[in-house]
This record gives sequence, C-alpha cells and structure tokens, in this order.
Amino acid sequence: MAVETAEATEAARQAMGGIGVSLARKEDARFIHGQGHYVDDVVLPGMLHMVIVRSPHAHARIKGIDSTAAMAIPGVVAVVTGELLAQHKLAWMPTLSGDTQAVLATDKVRFQGQEVACVIAETKYIAEDAAALVSVDYEPLQAITSPQQAIAPGAIVIRDEKEGQTDNKIYHWEAGDKDATDAAFARAAKVVSLETFYPRCHPAPLETCGCVADLDPVTGNATIYMTSQAPHAHRTLFAIVAGLPEEKIRIISPDLGGGFGNKVPIYPGYVVATAASLLIGRPVKWIEDRTDNLISTGFARDYYMDGSVAIDENGKFIGLRVNLLSDNGAFFADAQPSKFKAGLFHIVTGSYDIPAAHIVANGAYTNKAPGGVAYRCSFRVTEASYFIERLVESAAVELGQDPVTIRLNNFIQPEAFPYQSASGFEYDSGDYPRAMQVALDMLGYDELRKEQAEKRAKGELMGIGVASFTEVVGAGKGKDYDIAGLRMFDSAELRVHPTGKAILKLGVKSQGQGHETTFAQIVAEELGIPASDVEVREGDTDNTPFGLGTYASRSTPVGGAATAMVSRKLRDKGKLIAAHLFEADVADIEFARGKYNVKGSPDNVKTIQDIAFAAYTNLPDGLEAGLEGVTYYDPPNMTYPFGTYLVVVDIDKGTGQVKVRRVVAVDDCGVRINPMIVEGQIHGGLTEGFAIAFMELITFDDEGNCIGSNFMDYLIPTAWETPRFELGQTVTPSPHHPIGAKGIGESATVGSPAAFVNAVIDALSHLGITNIDMPLTSDKVWAALRSKGVTE
Amino acid sequence: MFPAAFDYIAPGALDEVLSLLGQHGDDAKVLAGGQSLIPLLKLRFAAPVIVIDIGRVDGLEGISRENGHVRIGARTRHRDVESATDLRGTLDVLLDAAPLISDPLIRNMGTVGGSICHADPAGDWGAVMLAVGAEFVVKSAGEERVLPAAGFFQGPFTTGLQSNEVMTEIRIPVGSGKSGGTYLKLERKVGDFASVAAAVHIVLGGDGRVASAGIGLCAVGAHSIKATAAEAALVGQEPTDDVIAAAARLAGDAAEPKADIRGSAEYKRDVARVFVQRGLHTAIDRAQGAAA
Amino acid sequence: MKVTFEINGTAKSVDVEPRTLVVDLIRTKLGMTGTHIGCDTSNCGACTVLLDGRPVKSCTLLAPMLEGKKVTTVEGLAKGGKLDSIQVGFHEEHGLQCGFCTPGMMLVGKALIEANPHPTEDEIRWGISGNICRCTGYMNIVKAIQHAAAANATENTAGVA
Repeated sequence: MAVETAEATEAARQAMGGIGVSLARKEDARFIHGQGHYVDDVVLPGMLHMVIVRSPHAHARIKGIDSTAAMAIPGVVAVVTGELLAQHKLAWMPTLSGDTQAVLATDKVRFQGQEVACVIAETKYIAEDAAALVSVDYEPLQAITSPQQAIAPGAIVIRDEKEGQTDNKIYHWEAGDKDATDAAFARAAKVVSLETFYPRCHPAPLETCGCVADLDPVTGNATIYMTSQAPHAHRTLFAIVAGLPEEKIRIISPDLGGGFGNKVPIYPGYVVATAASLLIGRPVKWIEDRTDNLISTGFARDYYMDGSVAIDENGKFIGLRVNLLSDNGAFFADAQPSKFKAGLFHIVTGSYDIPAAHIVANGAYTNKAPGGVAYRCSFRVTEASYFIERLVESAAVELGQDPVTIRLNNFIQPEAFPYQSASGFEYDSGDYPRAMQVALDMLGYDELRKEQAEKRAKGELMGIGVASFTEVVGAGKGKDYDIAGLRMFDSAELRVHPTGKAILKLGVKSQGQGHETTFAQIVAEELGIPASDVEVREGDTDNTPFGLGTYASRSTPVGGAATAMVSRKLRDKGKLIAAHLFEADVADIEFARGKYNVKGSPDNVKTIQDIAFAAYTNLPDGLEAGLEGVTYYDPPNMTYPFGTYLVVVDIDKGTGQVKVRRVVAVDDCGVRINPMIVEGQIHGGLTEGFAIAFMELITFDDEGNCIGSNFMDYLIPTAWETPRFELGQTVTPSPHHPIGAKGIGESATVGSPAAFVNAVIDALSHLGITNIDMPLTSDKVWAALRSKGVTE
Repeated sequence: MFPAAFDYIAPGALDEVLSLLGQHGDDAKVLAGGQSLIPLLKLRFAAPVIVIDIGRVDGLEGISRENGHVRIGARTRHRDVESATDLRGTLDVLLDAAPLISDPLIRNMGTVGGSICHADPAGDWGAVMLAVGAEFVVKSAGEERVLPAAGFFQGPFTTGLQSNEVMTEIRIPVGSGKSGGTYLKLERKVGDFASVAAAVHIVLGGDGRVASAGIGLCAVGAHSIKATAAEAALVGQEPTDDVIAAAARLAGDAAEPKADIRGSAEYKRDVARVFVQRGLHTAIDRAQGAAA
Repeated sequence: MKVTFEINGTAKSVDVEPRTLVVDLIRTKLGMTGTHIGCDTSNCGACTVLLDGRPVKSCTLLAPMLEGKKVTTVEGLAKGGKLDSIQVGFHEEHGLQCGFCTPGMMLVGKALIEANPHPTEDEIRWGISGNICRCTGYMNIVKAIQHAAAANATENTAGVA
C-alpha cells in the first residue's frame, strides 16, 4: 500500500463522508421543501376519519352507552364501542409489560381520557360533531391519585377485573445485594439521605400519534401507516393482538415528527382504526389532537425515590440504598425489557465506585393514564441518574465539601474499566475525571465560585450545579433484554448495485436523528462508497429487515454496529472478487477506503465500484452473484456514555424566578460518526432536560382531572426561555462496539435535570434549603425562600 | 379540534355590523383578530349561531393623537402598538406591555379592542387600560357610549359591553406633566397568560410630587383590578422609597388571587406587591428623566 | 361559502364551510401538506403561514378570513427550483431534525430577516418565540436564520456592486 499522509487520509474521509465528518444531512431536502411525509399526510381513496370519545372521569362504572344521536348525523359511518370489540375479542390488549389494557372500556373507566368509544365518519368535522353526541352513563367511583393512596390498606381496587388482583400493587422487584449493603451501612461514618420525586412528564413530540389503517377485504392485506418507533415489533404485536396473519400485515412508519419514546407503545386508537377498517372495508385515519396525546399516551417518570449513601471516614461512598414507588397509572404499560420491572434503574450507582448497593422497587396502579415510557431515556436510567446526582449533591452539602471534590474522590477510576457495578452491570469504558476537568475548564469554575461568594455576601442568589452522569444504553444483548419477548438485536441489509451505488435497509427507525446520513457514513467508512451514494431505508416492514426499532439510544450501538458488520461482510466478499479480477490469491488482497489491491502493487487498484460491477458481470466460478448481505447484530454488552454537565443560575428573590445563565455540557459518547448531528442531539436533549427541570409537568387534582392536558398548561420552552449551550467532548471508545460508538440521543436528557436542580439547590443550600422537587417553578422556589424568611 | 358549525358574515360597513348585532344579540359573536375567539370555538366553549367578522369595516384601526388623547382603533393589532415607538415617554406602559402579549404570531393577528372585550382576567390590556385611565367608545345601532375602563371589567369574560354593542375605539388621556410607566409580567413562558402582572403609569407634577398614579393588576382576581388605595397613597406625595413600598403593599392587598397550578394566593399577592414596587421605581425614574 | 385568495402566487377560489380552519383548508382542500398541526391551542406554530407577508398561526384563522389576502406556505419558498436563503440556512446549519416545525420556523425566520435584516441573537430568539421546536434546542435554528441573513446581505451587496 502506498503510504498516505495524515492530511490525505483526512481529505479522503471528508470526500467520502466517512466517520467524523459533519456531513450536512441527506434527508433535509424534502423537509425544507415541505415535502416530509408524515402519517397525517397520507390520504387514501375512500378514507374515513376516526375520533375517540374519552372518559371525563378518572374512575367510574359504565352503565350504558347511547350512540343513537351520533349515528343520526349524516356522514357518520359507525360508532365502535367496547362491547362491539369484545365480540371480536379485541376489547383488551396486552401491554409491553405483560399486563392488559382496555382498548375501549367495557366495565369501568380507570383514568380521565380513557378510550370509551370511537366515531368513524366521512370527515374529521363530522366525526367531532358526532363524538360530542355519544352519551355515556357513568357511575363515578372514588379516584386514586397517588401510589401511596393506592397501596394503603382498604383502597378501592382499580383493576378489579383481573383474576386474583385484590389490591393495587403491581410488582415488587429488587436488585443488588441487601446483606452487603446492610454491612456497609453498619460500618459507615456518615449516612446521607434524600427523598425526592421525579414527577410525571410527557415526551410530547410535535407530531402527535396516529395511523391510517387500510385493510383490503378481498386480499386480506393490512397496510397500516403508523407513528411507530418500532414498526417490526409492532407488526408482530398486531399479529398477536388482532389475530391477523403476520405476512399480510405491512406497517409503514413514514417520517416521524419526533418520538422521544412516545411512539414505542401500541395505543388503543391504532387497534380500533385497524379493526374498523377491517369491519367497514375502507381505510380509516386516526390522528390524535394534542389533548388526546397528553392525557392518554405514554407518560414518563412518576417515580418516588428515597435512599441513602453510606460514607466512610475518608469520604468514600461504601454503600447505596434506594427505595422506589412508581405510579404506573391504570394499566402497567411501561415500555421495558420484561426481566426488569424498574427498567434499568439499577444503574443508580452512576459514575461512582460504590461496592454495595440494594434497590427495592414497588409499582402501584392509580387512576391515571398508563404509560411509563422512557422519555428520551433508556428505561428509567433518567430517574436513576437524577437520584444519584441529587444524592451526591446532598452529601456534598452535609459533608461541607465542594460538589466537584466529592465526585472526584468517588469516581470509578479510568483504569478500573471494564468495571463491575454492585448492581450487576459491566461498564465498558470511561474516563470520568477527564470529562469533569474539561467541563471545569470550559466553565471557569473557580472564578464563578468566587463570584458566588461575593454575591452571597450581598444577599444575591447564584448557584453552580454539577452532574456527572453515566448512562446504560443500547438495549441488548438479546439474552437478557427483550421487548414483549422479542430479543433486542437489530439488523442491517446492504445491497450494492452494479453501478456501485448502495441501498442500506435498517430495522431501526429515525424520528429526526438523521439516520439517512449517519448510517450512510458508516457504510462510507467501512466500504468506501461515498455517503452520497448510499440510500438509507427504514420504517417499512415489507422492505426492511426485522429489527426492534429506535429508543433507548440503541440505533447507533446496535443498528450502527449491524451496519458496520454487514459492510465488512461485503468488503470480504469483494476480496474474493478482487482476487478473481487480479488473478491473485485472496490472502494477498488488501483493502483500504474503497480500493482493493494486491500486496506489493499499491498503484494497481480495483475500486469498490469495479468490484460491484464485477459482482453482477464477472464472477469467479462457484461464487454467488451480487454484492448484498444482511446482519443481525446482538451486542455483547450495553454501552455506557457519560459526561459532566455544569449549570450556572441566578435567582430572583422577589419572584422566585430562576434564570439559567450558562450551561456547559461535556459528553463522551465514544466515537462520533457525524459530530454535527451528535451536537444537535445534545442540544435537543439539554432543552428537554431543562424543560423537565423547570416547566414540563403532568399532574392531577384530587378527583383525577389531568392538569397539563394541552400546550397552554404542558409547557414546552420556546427559544426565549431555552438557555444557550456550550458543548465540549472527550472520546473514550466503546471497546466492544465495531466502530467504538456508544449512542448519544438521550445523554443530555438523562444527565441535565440533576445539573439544573443542583444549581438551584447550590444557590439556596446556605439558607438550609436542601431539596425542591421538579419542576422548579418560580412559586416553589419563592415558597422555599419564604420558609426561610427571605423576601424582597 | 374544530368549531361547531356557524353562519358567517363579514359586513363592509359598521352600520351593518350594528344592525346584525341588534338582530342576533347573544347568538352572535364579533370576530376581530380571532386570537381569543377561535380557540374558544375550537374547544367548543363558545358555539355562536353567527360570527360577525368586522375585518372588512374601515376606520377601526390605527393610533393617533388628538384633543389631549391617544386614540387607538379597536381593531388595531397588538403588533401595531408594539411598533408605535412615538408613544415612548407618553405611554411607556403600553409599549412595555404590547410585546409581552402572547407571542409574536398572535400579536400579528390579535387586536387591542378584541382582547379588552374578551376580558380574560389574565388578559394584559385590561390592567394597562385601568392604569392609564382609558375610555372605551362603544356603539350600537343609533347609540354611542363612552365607558371608563374603571368599572368596565366586571368578572371573568364579563364587561359593561351590551350584546348589541361593538367597541370601536380606545381613548387614553395624555396630560402635560412628566409621565412614566411600565408593565411587569410573570409568565411561565412566552405565549402564556400572566401568572401575575402589574401595569403602572405615573405623572409627576412640576414640584416633583406624584400628580397622578395609575396601577392595574392582572390575573389576581376575577377581573383586571385597579389598585385605587395604592394610587391614592401616591398622589401628592414625594415618591420616596418608603412611599413606594407602602403603595406597593396596598397594591398587594388589593389583589384577590386564587391558588392554582401557577402558585399559591400568597405567592401571587406578593409578586403583585414586588412588581408594583419595581414598576413604580421604573415609572418614576422614567418620569423624572422625561421632558415635560 | 366561496372564498377567494392567493396562495404562493396562485389565485384560488374554494367552497368551504365557514368553520373550516385555514390549516385544514391548506392541507385537505389544497393538498399542500407542508403546513402542520401540532397543538390545537395556538401554542406551537407548526401551522405557521405568512398572511400578507406576516407570520400567523393558520390553526387560529377561519377560512373566510382569507378573502382577498395573500398566503405563503413552505411550498412557496423555493422559486423556480432555487432555494430561498432561509432553506439553505436550515440545511447548512443543521437547523432541523424531525422536520415537523421546520416549515413554520423557516417562514417566521424569513419574515423576521425581511423586517430586520441584521437581527441579534436575542431578536431572533424573541422573533421565533411563537414557534416550538422539540428537537433542536433552537441553537442551530438561530444559526440558520443568521446564515440566511448573512447570505441575503451578501446578495444585496452583490446586487449593488
């Protein structure tokens, strides 16, 4: 091989659009022309429109449903009730956590907004008019609005239809080693505790959920356009739920207007639209309005957490205990691997070398919407990260230590990787002190501490928040992790055509993450076909290999690995063809960046395009034609992205308003494939983390009425409230991932809420304020100040 | 989410609007910019038989000065007040309030008169109009009335406007003294209604004492509130820190907030006090800096 | 009832129920699906169009209110196959992810720099504060609008020279 200079290598990579290049996105063209194709843009001949009639009560018995007036409106085609579905055994469906959920209520409604009936009409306007006329006779029951209330003795049983269910308890789950943890606490010099609540919030992608179901009564083919982050898994579940033959079902998840976990579950609307299309013989469109979305589809968090850290005489953490109580709503519909009832919460030891840990989790039914999806999070990792980072802040305050110092003293050290955590994870790689140092330098930490001291002397409130998170993402290996029994591998199918242009088909599904660019770049890097020549296809179950979809930051860790592996398969086949063309021994063929040559003859090359052409025109005897392959990749381990986030806030004593002055985010997600896209993901995640910390909230009054049921009350920050972000990075590759990447989609949402809250607490801790639960609204901050006699 | 069906008419002349209003009364809704009405229609909180669009009636827009008044056509859009920079120094409170109304897109459509007549207790213009002592010109078939802002706001979404009347103009008196004002709003995000807001408008006499004071409170009661005791405590006084603090306390006392998701009653009352205190300082600084 | 207006330079006359929302008219009657629906309560701006050059929320407009007006949607941005500078800015600066808010953001951005050719970052953030983006955190949207403003300035200078 000719010796390349570093510059030449870099120039070649740039030209190719390989790994590390901030290539402008291939998918942008259609979006900037207004030609994105979302589910609501699908229009089919004869298409009907469906609107859902929802329960105004949180808990009530249904005594009767009268749809006479609705049916009398011209243009109304059908009113579907639970009774009708029950005749087809579709009134209930399984959830992703092995529970059941009502598709349309038959016996009782169990949360406000629950689906009770569906009106199907010629236009959306008519369907809405008619929905208002469906009359439901309810007998209200007492509503249970907290898990504490739910598990109290004598509480009314919400799931009384379940055989053997005599209370509102869902599960009890433990992780770690109780005895070792008890021993650690017994010898602790100091124990610091924290009780906190991570409130219910909602992913609220800008595009709501919906579908167009088109069942052909003649062929039996079912085509369902659907807002789905996991179209293949959904097809299988549809086959199981609706009893449709799987080979006849085609799920098409077109462009998605964001997902953030909201589009992982199957919702009643999808099922009813599909059933209605089957019964009526015409396509049926169902698109949620925003209130439908916020009050009935997958919420996130709603976790009550209390726990303690045991600290020895040297300030080292020696044990961790956490108790969880989760509010799962009326149906246990958490989207998570079936073995893990509290998701991956047991990552709660975080970035710290804590030799003993014990986690106890309990779940309860309440009269609230079901869900428990991971809002931009890998199955409860966000709650875990929040808890440990808040607890470490409390420990710093109690020990009188700087929050940076206490972290540096307790970090898992770089040489300790791979690291076995006390709760059962094997961390792949990390360098936590380095990320911390980069962040401190970017912020100018010491100067800001001086400023804070000066301000405090004048009675002004300023705080610096620190969070050093570690995530566990990727959602594999298949032996341990599944969704509804389906193992969490993922897939890539790559075909290089005779002219050297390629199509890559994936089992994952972008919701805005830029897969059409990022995955083309992996092919470019591995196979030497320019990214501009690689077309990426996703979301159509007829035309992509089976995969588990996109959530839990798993596209790059799993789908990206599959892409690299299938590229390497084709590269190896190319060697056989190159050997044939060169009339050389395969063992003597070399490959670099899309060029094959015989050892010792670096200037005589066959390009991957030459090889592709030969794959269809000039093959050695005995070799299959074509240059095509598929890989199902089952990751050997999860990946463990990490980072340090620093936040500076100023607080207005008169109003309690918190102004975020600076946010420094240093992320280590291993190798960055497209740095521009990675930074975009971090910006988005930080914004959602900021929103959760300060604004976003789904809450309920005592009667179970949902507050936060539209964007007037469910507060999504605009450009005006959103802080500016300063990003930094370190790169610690994952040793087990083919290209060393770890995944970045969720780090910022996982890591940043604690940094924001810690900043506020840092501003207030000298007054004796140690915790305020999110969202840190101005009235709560004001009340905390007032409780300490601080006023303007 | 769609409105229930209604009839629609867009007359080209005010007389026709007034005649239709006389005919339909409570069955009709007047549509100006639509930024309050259309959301109500979509939520089906309002279901009028007929919507009368006044968008094609001439002479209802614009800001002008005459006879010691600033006149604002009722259909003038929030955005046009926002850009009426020649009001600076005369009616600071209007210029400070306008950009805080909802969001930039809503301000491109929404109208001052529409917002006042909608009378949301958390609507911004109500408090401002109380602070500046505005008068509202309202017309019905064959009659014109001039209603002072004080007393106009009677309850949530309830005003002194009769169902056969339409507001055509807002008149704000502007005197010869040095004036200053401002608007302070606590909102959870851009586009939110006020959690609490305060409008302050001060005129200083030649002796440096407060000649007149207007204080309007927003979102702390069933309707926009005029803090009359606080105003009275300022008039004739030298505006010292103590006088301002005392007036602000009286303004806080005038608030009648209810606890909700935005905060406790105690919180809102105290923010009203803090805002009036801060607003008075700003208003007086501005008045003192202003040319007479 | 009949409503006559101009959309992206083309005259249209359509029969609608008075209660028809403009966003629905554009998407369903006219089949132009670049204008989106995100919230129903006038909060998100996914439905933004320009009405006589100013950005408004088309979910909060009744179809008859268009009578005699000029509407611009995202489909009207590119002219004769040439991208508008705002479209170029969004692509170059990675100002979009899922693309759902993008049409509205681009229209607001375009109107903003037409009214204020050299906006500060604060002016941009204030100007786009009627539109929600759930993906980008706005950092790159701000850059995209700055990119377009700079391109317009260069083009104008070139025109003068």
